[in-house]
Amino acid sequence: MRPFVLGAVAYDPKVVTIWDGFKLFFEERGLPFDYVLFHNYERQVAAHFAGVIDVAWNSPLAWIQAERIASRTGRRATAVAMRDTDQDLTSVVVVRADDPAQNVSGLRGRRVGVGAGDSPQATLIPLWSLQQQGLDTSADVSVVRHDLLVGKHGDHIGGERVAMEALLKGEVDAACILDANLVGFAADGTAPAHRVRVLHRTAPYDHCNFTILDGVDGAACERFVSLLMGMSWDDPSVRRLMDLEGLKAWRPGRTEGYAQLDAACTTFGTIDAFVASVG
Amino acid sequence: MPRLDLGRHSLARGAHLALRRALSALEAGEELVIVGEDGELEVHLGTHARRWGAGVERDGAGWRVSRPMHLDGRWRGAERTGQAGIDGVVERASPHWGLAARGAAVEAGSPEFRFPLATRDELWTEEASRLYLQAAAAQWDPSTAIDWSAPISHPPEVEDAVVQVMTYLVENETAALIVPARFCAQVHPHFREILQLLAIQAADEARHIEVFTRRMLLLRSAPALSTAGGQASLKTLTDEPDFALASFLTSVLGEGSFLVLLRFLEHHAPDPVTSAVARLAAVDEARHVAFGLAHLERHVARDPSLRDRMANAVLGRHAALQHTAGLNEEVFESLVLLAAGSLELDALERGWDAVTALGEEMDAGRQVRLRRLGFSDVDAKQLSSLHTRNFM
Repeated sequence: MRPFVLGAVAYDPKVVTIWDGFKLFFEERGLPFDYVLFHNYERQVAAHFAGVIDVAWNSPLAWIQAERIASRTGRRATAVAMRDTDQDLTSVVVVRADDPAQNVSGLRGRRVGVGAGDSPQATLIPLWSLQQQGLDTSADVSVVRHDLLVGKHGDHIGGERVAMEALLKGEVDAACILDANLVGFAADGTAPAHRVRVLHRTAPYDHCNFTILDGVDGAACERFVSLLMGMSWDDPSVRRLMDLEGLKAWRPGRTEGYAQLDAACTTFGTIDAFVASVG
Repeated sequence: MPRLDLGRHSLARGAHLALRRALSALEAGEELVIVGEDGELEVHLGTHARRWGAGVERDGAGWRVSRPMHLDGRWRGAERTGQAGIDGVVERASPHWGLAARGAAVEAGSPEFRFPLATRDELWTEEASRLYLQAAAAQWDPSTAIDWSAPISHPPEVEDAVVQVMTYLVENETAALIVPARFCAQVHPHFREILQLLAIQAADEARHIEVFTRRMLLLRSAPALSTAGGQASLKTLTDEPDFALASFLTSVLGEGSFLVLLRFLEHHAPDPVTSAVARLAAVDEARHVAFGLAHLERHVARDPSLRDRMANAVLGRHAALQHTAGLNEEVFESLVLLAAGSLELDALERGWDAVTALGEEMDAGRQVRLRRLGFSDVDAKQLSSLHTRNFM
C-alpha cells in the first residue's frame, strides 16, 4: 500500500525527531506514512502541486501561496487541520519603555525593525496592520529587515530575536514580533518586560495548517485527520510529540484567520512572482 | 466569581505564577476575573491562555479566564514512587521511576533506566539511613586531622617497612573504592540511602588512598613492591559481578580483616603519623563492615540460599588463589619489622609474635561475622580458614 506522504520544512533539527515520531504514531495505527523534508516552503509548495506529497505542513504564507496557485490553475486547496496554538495569534509592535511614541503615528520618520521578509508574524501582518493605522510603511517609516533563514517563513525565531536586540541597542525604534515571543524574550532575558512596551497589537490571525489539494486519496486523508484529532495530550505515549510540536489539541482547519495575511500579500506583492511560476 | 488583581505587575515578569495558582483553584466550569494596570496585560494574558488551553474574554475593566484544560496535565496519570520516608521503600522499584526522588510523582511516559539492583531484598537494611548520617557526620579532613609534621625518628629499615605496608594498603583501598563505586551506579535511586552509603564509602576510600599515599611518600620518593599474588587476590574482588557476593567478600571478610590490621598498625606504628592514618581509616572501615553485615543479614534471612552462594564464593576464591603466594613475604616481614621497631633480635621476636596474634585475631573476627550471617560454628571456622592469606 502506498504511504500517505507529508511534506514539512526543516527549519530546525527537531523537525526530524517530530516527524519520525509521527511516522511511528500513524503506522502503529494502520496508516502507512512517510514524510519528505524541504529546505524552504516555496520548494514544498511546488512539490505539492507536482504530486510529490499528499499533505503539506504549511506556514500561513505557504497556505496563501497554495491557495492562489490552486485558484490560478483551477485546482482546490483545503486546510484540513491545525494546532490549537495556531489559532488567534497576534503580533505586537514594541518600543523601548521610555520611547516618546504613544501611538502608531509616533513612529513616523523612524526605523521599524521586522523579521525575515517572508515572516507573516514578524513582517507581513504587522506592517500591513501599521498601514491600516494610516502609516505608509514604504514612505513614513524606514523598515529594517532582519532576513534570517529566508524561505522558512519566519518559523525560525532568529529574525525576531535580532529585531528585538536591535531595538534594545537603539538600532531601530520599534520591533515587530509574535505576541508569544514577547513573553518568551522576557523569560530568556533577551528583552526584560520593564524595558519594552507594546505600542500596537494586530487583530488575531491563524498560523500553520495541514494543506491538501484536490485529487488526494480521500480515505487516507480522512484517516490521517481522524488520527490527529484522536491524539490526546493526556496520553503519555503521544504527549512528547505534541509537546515537540507545541500543541495541546488538534483542531479542524479554518481559513478565516488568514485574511490579514492575504491582504498583506496583495498590498506588498510578496508572493506574486512565485505564485506565477508554479503550475 | 473569583477575582485576581495583578496591580502594576507583569505576566511577563513573574505574575503568571499567581495567575496559574488562581486558575488551579477554580472548580470545573468556574471562571476567574483578572484585572491589572500593566499595559501589556492583555497581550501576555492571551499568550499564556493559548499555551494553557484556556479561554479569555473581555469583561468590563478586566478579563474572564476559564480553567485551562491542561493546567495540571503532567500530574494526571503520574505515578507515586513509594513514599519519601524510610518506611516508603517498595519491594521492587520500577525502571521508569528513573532518577526521581523517592515518593515523587513521576509523569507517565518517563523514560526507563536500567538499574540492575532494584529490589529491597538484595539491597536494603533498616540501618542504611543511620549509617549514612553517621558517615556524613564523621568525614574528616586529611590535612587537619593528621599532624603531618609529627617527628619521625625510627631507623631507615623501619621506614622501609612502613613504605612497603603503605604500598600494600593503597592497592587494597583502591579495590575497596572500585567495588562500591561500581555497584553504586547499578543501584536504583529509589534506594537512595544505599546509593548514598556506597558513594560515601567510595569517598572514604578515596581519602584513605590519599593519607596512605601521603604517609608512604613522606620520607621516600617512591612506593615499594606491589606483588602479583596481592593483585591476583584483589582482582577476584573487583571481578565479582554479584552485589551480595562482592559485599560479602569485600566488606564482611576483607574489610573486616583489614579493620583488625588497621588497629594493629595504630597500636604498633613506629611513628605518630602512621598511627593516626591507621586509626582514622579504621573508624571508616568499621562502618563499611557494619553496612555489609546489616544488608546481608537481612538478605540471607529472606533468601537462605544466599548462604550457600556465599560459601561457594569463598571456596571459589580460595581455589582461584591457591597457586598464588598469598600475603607476600615483603608485606609479612614489613609488618614484623614495623611492630618490632628495630632489627634488634628481642624486638623482632616481639614483632613476630604480634603479627602471629594478628592473624589469629583476624580469624576470630571473621568467624564471629560468619556466625552472624547464620553459618554454623564448623562452617564459620572452615570458611574463615579459607579466606585469602592476603587479608583483604
